[in-house]
Amino acid sequence: MSSVLFDAPGPKARARYRILGVVTALVIIAIVGFIVLRFAQSGQFDAKKWQLFTFPLVQQTIVQSVGATLSAFATAAVFSLVLGVVLAFGRLSDRKWISMPCYGFTELFRAVPLLILMMIFYYGLPQLGVQGITPFTAVVAGLVLYNGSVLAEVFRAGIESLPRGQSEAGYAIGLPKSAVMTNILLPQAVRSMLPVIISQLVVILKDTALGFIVTYNEILFQAKYFGSQAQYGSPIIPSAIIAGVLYVGMCLILAGIAKWLESRMRRNVKVVKVARSEIVAAEG
Amino acid sequence: MNTLLNNSDLFITGFRNTLILFFFAGVFALILGTIVATLRVSPIPAMRAAATLYINVVRNTPLTLVLFFFALGYPKLGLVEIDFMTAATVGLSLYTATYVAEAVRSGINTVPVGQAEAARAIGLTFTQTLTVVILPQAFRAVIPPMFSVFIALLKNTTVAAGFSVAEAGAIRSNLSERGEPAMAGLLWVALIFVLIVFILSFAQRKLEKKWKVAR
Repeated sequence: MSSVLFDAPGPKARARYRILGVVTALVIIAIVGFIVLRFAQSGQFDAKKWQLFTFPLVQQTIVQSVGATLSAFATAAVFSLVLGVVLAFGRLSDRKWISMPCYGFTELFRAVPLLILMMIFYYGLPQLGVQGITPFTAVVAGLVLYNGSVLAEVFRAGIESLPRGQSEAGYAIGLPKSAVMTNILLPQAVRSMLPVIISQLVVILKDTALGFIVTYNEILFQAKYFGSQAQYGSPIIPSAIIAGVLYVGMCLILAGIAKWLESRMRRNVKVVKVARSEIVAAEG
Repeated sequence: MNTLLNNSDLFITGFRNTLILFFFAGVFALILGTIVATLRVSPIPAMRAAATLYINVVRNTPLTLVLFFFALGYPKLGLVEIDFMTAATVGLSLYTATYVAEAVRSGINTVPVGQAEAARAIGLTFTQTLTVVILPQAFRAVIPPMFSVFIALLKNTTVAAGFSVAEAGAIRSNLSERGEPAMAGLLWVALIFVLIVFILSFAQRKLEKKWKVAR
């Protein structure tokens, strides 16, 4: 660990570290203990509040809501990646009339809050006579526009960080620009950017939870519904705990894949290294 | 234009609350995030573990769920009663602090090893090394990612609208009660956000130039 900041501890320092370690552990136990105690005292662990979640029908509904979250995530992820590649190519185009609109598009959709985008689709468009906007389309459309713009920047940074010799060699053997882009630059950019791309996918997964505000029937929406069941003592905190476990679990699986890929990449010397701090995606 | 002018009261309250949320959550997140980042690089394993756990759990929880808990769950605990605005500030601060912590930590990593070694060589302790030598340089190095974190925070304040905080994201539902077209209202909200974000990005470029660490 970052031994840059401190020397290897001597006997005195080791004793001090031990005391401080115990103190830290006590403080954390106190905080967690307080929360658990408070939960227990206000009856959050009562069997009555958890009884609702023992019914097979309720469990099925939860599984369905996980499916709804995952289908919004998968659809949005695929289209965001496509839009990202298209926009990145657009911004790198030599023609001003292609690159300028793409620049404007990415900057604009990165600046508008995602929730407002979803609301524009869900509440705004039907008023203008657009038919058939379901909560699902609103959620996915918002996610695609926002994350597509973010991913476009990721792809562009990946392409621009490649050594110039790569594209020069492509031109030297007579390839047109489109072939240089798709056959030489993009595959390398995607590989060097894979960790960043996957952490952006985690952001998409998390942001599907915004769908609950535009009445998309996903995990959080169900959690609120179950939490409001008065005959089971309004188990809002138990259902928040369940939703939290589901989200953290799904995100950790994705993040785990990212970490695994990153460690594989690091061993592969052919992949160009890119400073990750250059691209800190704006998380939602 | 009419939608904006006829309902300027709604827009002004909405964006005032957004900016209040942004400011307080930003300040708290900056303080808490720096503390968490310090814990993450500290020599004591228990502190490092606690900070890592906090960051991993909160970063993988959707903000909507965090605010869900504070708006709907917290009142059930029978603790001190707080209004939604305060609850939203707490939720946003706790959530944003993890991103601040990661940004600060990446900044600490950019400081050359020699700086810390020199500081230790003249006898500074861990705390002194960190606060006098490392953190000031780290903060300057992380201005761009830090601004991204704050721009994200600004946009995230809209999520509080889902939980009855009357900020910019709630302008739509208030407008529809007055029978105004939702689209016009939403487009104005989006436009104002774009303007604020551009102002922030402009400030970022200025600060970046001014505070650049000469190496």
